[in-house]
Amino acid sequence: MAKKTIRTIPQERTPIPVQDAAVRVENFDEVALGYNQENALNECARCLLCPEPACVKACPVCIDIPGFIEEISNGNFHAAYTILSDSNFLPAICGRVCPQEDQCEGVCPVGDTLEPVAIGRLERWLGDLAIQEGWAANPYKEPSDFKIGIIGSGPAGMACAADMAKAGCEVIVYEALHAPGGVLRYGIPEFRLPNHVIDAELSNLTKLGVRIECNTLVGRLFTIEQMREEMGFDAVFIGTGAGSPKFMEIPGESLNGVLSANELLTRCNLMGAGDFPATDTPLGLGRRVAVIGSGNTAMDALRVAKRLGAEKVYCVYRRTEAECPARLEELEHAQEEGIEFHWLTAPVEILDDGEGNIGAMRCVRMELGEPDDSGRRRPVPIDDSEYEFQTDMVVYAIGTNPNPIIGQTCKLTLNKWGYIETDETLATSMAGVYAGGDIVTGAATVILAMGAGRKAARSMKAYLGLRDNSAIYATAPDETINTLFGIDVEEKNFVRARLA
Amino acid sequence: MCPIITAAKEHQAGATVLAHSAGTGSAFEIVAREDFSDVTFLIEFTHPQMARAARPGQFVIVLPHEHSERIPLTIADFDRDRGTVTLVIQAVGKTTQEMQKDCCVGARLFGVVGPMGVPSHIGSVGKVVCVGGGLGVAPVFPQARAFKESGAYVIGIVGFRSRDLVFWRDKFESVCDEFIICTNDGSVGIKGLVTDGIDSAIKKHDDIDEVIAIGPPIMMKCSAEATRPHKIRTTVSLNPIMVDGTGMCGGCRVIVDGKQKFACVDGPDFDGHKVDFDDLMNRLGRFTEEEKLAVRKWSEHCHQSEPLPHSTAEG
Ligand SMILES: Cc1cc2nc3c(=O)[nH]c(=O)nc-3n(C[C@H](O)[C@H](O)[C@H](O)COP(=O)(O)OP(=O)(O)OC[C@H]3O[C@@H](n4cnc5c(N)ncnc54)[C@H](O)[C@@H]3O)c2cc1C
Ligand SMILES: Cc1cc2nc3c(=O)[nH]c(=O)nc-3n(C[C@H](O)[C@H](O)[C@H](O)COP(=O)(O)OP(=O)(O)OC[C@H]3O[C@@H](n4cnc5c(N)ncnc54)[C@H](O)[C@@H]3O)c2cc1C
Ligand code: FES
Repeated sequence: MAKKTIRTIPQERTPIPVQDAAVRVENFDEVALGYNQENALNECARCLLCPEPACVKACPVCIDIPGFIEEISNGNFHAAYTILSDSNFLPAICGRVCPQEDQCEGVCPVGDTLEPVAIGRLERWLGDLAIQEGWAANPYKEPSDFKIGIIGSGPAGMACAADMAKAGCEVIVYEALHAPGGVLRYGIPEFRLPNHVIDAELSNLTKLGVRIECNTLVGRLFTIEQMREEMGFDAVFIGTGAGSPKFMEIPGESLNGVLSANELLTRCNLMGAGDFPATDTPLGLGRRVAVIGSGNTAMDALRVAKRLGAEKVYCVYRRTEAECPARLEELEHAQEEGIEFHWLTAPVEILDDGEGNIGAMRCVRMELGEPDDSGRRRPVPIDDSEYEFQTDMVVYAIGTNPNPIIGQTCKLTLNKWGYIETDETLATSMAGVYAGGDIVTGAATVILAMGAGRKAARSMKAYLGLRDNSAIYATAPDETINTLFGIDVEEKNFVRARLA
Repeated sequence: MCPIITAAKEHQAGATVLAHSAGTGSAFEIVAREDFSDVTFLIEFTHPQMARAARPGQFVIVLPHEHSERIPLTIADFDRDRGTVTLVIQAVGKTTQEMQKDCCVGARLFGVVGPMGVPSHIGSVGKVVCVGGGLGVAPVFPQARAFKESGAYVIGIVGFRSRDLVFWRDKFESVCDEFIICTNDGSVGIKGLVTDGIDSAIKKHDDIDEVIAIGPPIMMKCSAEATRPHKIRTTVSLNPIMVDGTGMCGGCRVIVDGKQKFACVDGPDFDGHKVDFDDLMNRLGRFTEEEKLAVRKWSEHCHQSEPLPHSTAEG
């Protein structure tokens, strides 16, 4: 076959079917409907299969992107999935929520002239296909006698759990809430990431033998010290996230109707408040809802409020659209759905209606001044520009702090903001205890959290004296592995040997 | 036979396995139940790990069945030998009324997580007053016992509306050096409120180191006002509306000393002289309309049919 060039590939990026905005604001079904096989093959044809692919380097978990795309093109879908799931065992999730425009797709050379290859959509298609077909990455495991404890069932914890289970360890994941998944479950709404997708990808974990114990608040039910000393855990990974919401500490914040986006989303996604009173958890949605902030969390809160039937939904952000930190696709979808954006606006006070509820919100207009430490221009209030903003509900989506309980209950070294201090191998100040994801970096992304979980798993294996399969694949010729360990490399068996 | 609020439902196969929890097969099974009045009842469930970990002042979040609300309830007692935890519950709304109906011996709670919150500080105080208003008698009991065990002189003050609502009198009395019972109608003990009890204790003892007051917000507020002029340290246990109980939603925020605190992780115990009780009481009314609706629907449902709304879920 002739080598593909930018001229010979399909020029148009294959569009993804989406639910019409007018329809979707009435339901919680997925917005983007996903590729079918024809779409996927068409999009795969756009990949130039670069010999030194920039996209792989830009992927936080280094998925062999051209590798799986080539297999799709050849019609070997299962083989493609094996390549994909080797690096990322949550492809149907990541294909939906990763900020691909800043990662793989951002560096795709096709994107220099045309639109980049829709890598995320392909990942999602393949992930969904695997769920539908019941494919699971279920490698051979050499039992290793090690017991690993994972705290938090978000993407960081799950990634670490999967790698340690593949290394033959007994793995138990402890989750404080009654359902696993972390932000994927309680934060990201159904219309972006359906629960059945989370369940399906999580069930791959249980197939690996990982045990998930919900309703377990580590630190209070037992401490990390107890896990290490009394409960027989050889190593522990902490992936408790940065879920504690920030408030602005302006007057009127404790009025009824003021809440965090986390509360709104948890009530709806985890507790089903949208169906109240058929379910038991209320939300008390306002007729007019103002969400402060414009990150992913804000977009989700805005769009949930809209779907629940708020008449007016406003996004209030102190900078401009150009600085908006949300994923591009989410911002566009929110705009299509009729969310009103009030850029360069910041609240200064929330006013009482006389009965302890919100009467209105006082806002000030902003302008952009000199760049701050982050390089973004700092918003500064315009004198005498205060005005009353009419709303009955104010939702804060202005960032989060680390989840506090682990810090309160063990002697790990934390930094001054309460995040766990680690070295470059993600080891904490306690031997055998590793940490990663939002609890180390502050709020970031699903894929970075997964990357951290995998990195911690590598460090744990080194600490336990377990060899890492990828290292062996990379350095030893096949026949050595075969003769040394008697396994079939083609089968992608995983080699584990405990060093004496 | 009593309907079992069972943990694992057959439908949603994937989610079921995952959402189901913890430890032994007998987890969250109710092993004892006692009714103190037509609104107040006790349940004791198995959770050996929790019984070992629990400290006075901590609470749990209970999810009675798969679709219910997560509600916070104070650990009223724990038995490390039997591996059980006791809750005392007042049926005030949909979820607690439903529990009153369904939580019988042999039933299982769908989820219980805890112990949560910072344990009460049981310092080496010489003389302490433990005040329980109404239902608050239950949560203040473990503290009274802990103080007694640490060698303090414990004055117990409990308040009820009338004699027929009194519970745990013997249990409470057994850990107190002095015991005062107050009822609104004077049907037992002194006629009056717990604050009258506090006043008389302060008159009698000029060396009280600390007062612990647990009960409805208004009772805690009045107790704090009763001790303020005497500058006696007063600890209260706040009960704002909660969701997760892990510091993740901020729904439980309260104002203490002018600053926002999350009661589930920073509390629930706070310095009663610094708590903004009016703010707390306002926030407790946040869902008044929804709560009424839920109770109405629930009682209609109870009249109509026997099977539970969710016990016969799809599939
Ligand atoms: C609304 C919202 C939308 C987002 N959208 C996107 C997006 O589109 N794309 C993207 O890439 N990123 C997005 N993010 C960010 C992303 O979800 C997070 O960066 C990622 O989930 C972090 O993973 P984690 O494993 O570190 O922690 P989390 O996902 O926060 O999971 C931590 C888990 O630990 C549990 N836990 C905490 N303390 C304890 C304890 N003491 N004991 C037991 N369990 C405990 C928590 O209950 C939680 O389940 C979004 C975040 C939010 C809030
Ligand atoms: C730390 C803490 C400890 C508590 N300990 C006990 C206890 O030992 N025994 C007991 O009977 N009750 C206790 N409560 C109160 C108990 O949680 C509420 O009575 C219960 O949630 C009411 O639910 P419902 O659906 O039956 O009633 P609803 O009709 O929903 O509400 C009735 C009342 O309970 C309050 N309430 C409603 N939902 C919540 C919620 N999620 N969290 C807190 N309060 C809520 C409302 O403000 C309202 O005044 C405690 C609360 C807290 C925060
Ligand atoms: S209950 Fe959610 S933060 Fe306290």
